[in-house]
Amino acid sequence: MIAHTKGGNTMEYTQQISVFLENRPGTLAELTDVLWKNNIDMRAMCVADAMDFGIARIIVDDVYETMTVLKDAGYVCQITKVLTVEMADEPGGLSKILALLGSAGINLEYTYAFLSRKKDTAYLVLKVAEPEKAEAVLRAEHIRLIGQETLQGIFGD
Amino acid sequence: MPNYFSPEKETASREQIRAWQDAGLRDCVRRVYDNVPYYRKKMEEAGVAPEDIGGLEDLHKLPFLTKDDLREAYPYGLMARPLTDCVRIQSTSGTTGRRVVAFYTQHDVDLWDECCARAIVAAGGTPDDVVHVSYGYGLFTGGPGLNGGSHKLGSLTLPMSSGNTDRQIQFMTDLGSTILCCTPSYAAYLAESINERGLRDKIHLKAGIFGAEAWTEEMRRDIENALGIKAYDIYGLTEISGPGVAFECSEQSGMHINEDYFIAEVIDPKTGEVLPEGEKGELVFTSFAKEAFPLLRYRTKDICILSRERCSCGRTFVKMTKPLGRSDDMLIVKGVNVFPSQIETVLLNHGYAANYQIIVDRQKNSDSIEVRVEMTPEMFSDELSKITAREKELVAALKSMLGIYANVRLVEPKSIVRSEGKAVRVIDKRNLYQG
Ligand SMILES: [Zn+2]
Repeated sequence: MIAHTKGGNTMEYTQQISVFLENRPGTLAELTDVLWKNNIDMRAMCVADAMDFGIARIIVDDVYETMTVLKDAGYVCQITKVLTVEMADEPGGLSKILALLGSAGINLEYTYAFLSRKKDTAYLVLKVAEPEKAEAVLRAEHIRLIGQETLQGIFGD
Repeated sequence: MPNYFSPEKETASREQIRAWQDAGLRDCVRRVYDNVPYYRKKMEEAGVAPEDIGGLEDLHKLPFLTKDDLREAYPYGLMARPLTDCVRIQSTSGTTGRRVVAFYTQHDVDLWDECCARAIVAAGGTPDDVVHVSYGYGLFTGGPGLNGGSHKLGSLTLPMSSGNTDRQIQFMTDLGSTILCCTPSYAAYLAESINERGLRDKIHLKAGIFGAEAWTEEMRRDIENALGIKAYDIYGLTEISGPGVAFECSEQSGMHINEDYFIAEVIDPKTGEVLPEGEKGELVFTSFAKEAFPLLRYRTKDICILSRERCSCGRTFVKMTKPLGRSDDMLIVKGVNVFPSQIETVLLNHGYAANYQIIVDRQKNSDSIEVRVEMTPEMFSDELSKITAREKELVAALKSMLGIYANVRLVEPKSIVRSEGKAVRVIDKRNLYQG
């Protein structure tokens, strides 16, 4: 669905869902409850907080279904294109990737990590200003990118 | 082409209207003096007798009535007819103290229905229309008023009442509603829900008649664009009859007051002095044609301006502006006068929804004002900095409009409480500590 073709390569993006949360006790629990009640497994989640509101960023298998569930529940949410890279869960793994992006002059807006069942492997979600350029840089270093389509596979369901 | 429900009344000459009002006032003062001891006492205290009232030029001699009088005389003290002649009761949604109760004879109900029929026709209504009434039904006058007007005109009436948005939209699409009648905030909510469901192409609305709460021109444009309709204002109050005391015509620049039944004055709210046409002040009504519950010089607390300038629609009835505020809803925060409509204007100009709530509080003798705004998909971004930058802009704009700092708080969609379709706009927590 999000496999774009450019320069002979298939571009692999993950579709992150960003959800507006009001700053009041229990909003995050309400959100996870809605997902749980609708049998939606979150692969990863991270919350960014401002003074009076927050944004929950989540990675799921079925983006369309999740968006529908959230909208029905009255949430304001949107899809954000991010890169998910696979890296060895060992010292220096993160630094190497960040250094690659830095030396290519690519601005990193935020990043967070998650694990799968695959041993010794971690995944890094990257939100960058220029995803196409970042993808090219990472590919050149033979770093594996996980597209939305292949997400489910890494969890071995 | 202009269209009228009562052409001989709505386009009468000013002389003719004056003659109706002179005769109606003389008759009403006599009836009230003879049958309402409460008001007779007020007249005696003011040293005025029915003989002193020859016509409109003497109206200023009569004492005012206020909501306090209605509470004092509750429930039967202002009736000019015996209960046996009455067929209906309506009541205000007063939240504190005793409610205001109004009585109607069949003549009074007919008169009210006729006023509402005029409003529907002025909004382009005909007997071929499907009038979707989403005002609350019951003691509240919104539902019964527009329902009666639609019947009188001979339109197909959908007595939906408020709430159950899915059913509202289903009936609207299945039965081809063409004119929507409800509060403007409920109209905005319905519009939002219709567009969310992608059903804009399935509705057949051409006009809306929205009243019972204050709304701005910005809100009008929002609703008109979201539903692809013309949105008309309607004005009224239970004490005087209900919606339809005044209504907007095709010009959408003020509401024609049904002067064959009601006399309007604008007064200085502080001195009670009658102000000349074109000046801003408190609106006062005399409902001289009513039988059961006629009120002489009732103070509405609504601030507006009257204009007798020629209207392009051909109606000769005086026009009132939208209420520009209430002589009593002004908030004083940190010693500064704040009108909720000012805040609404800033929000709409900055692309926020009209769903907002103002919370005024006082901590350690210091006033604070918070504006809660519902987040919309248009305003949302994955980037915190974008949202906070917009918030800062809004705070700055509020500061320049109000002259004081107002905290902005973004809340989840549809989290601001609505009752009977009316959003609760102002919560003044400081009241909790009085008396
Ligand atoms: Zn007109």
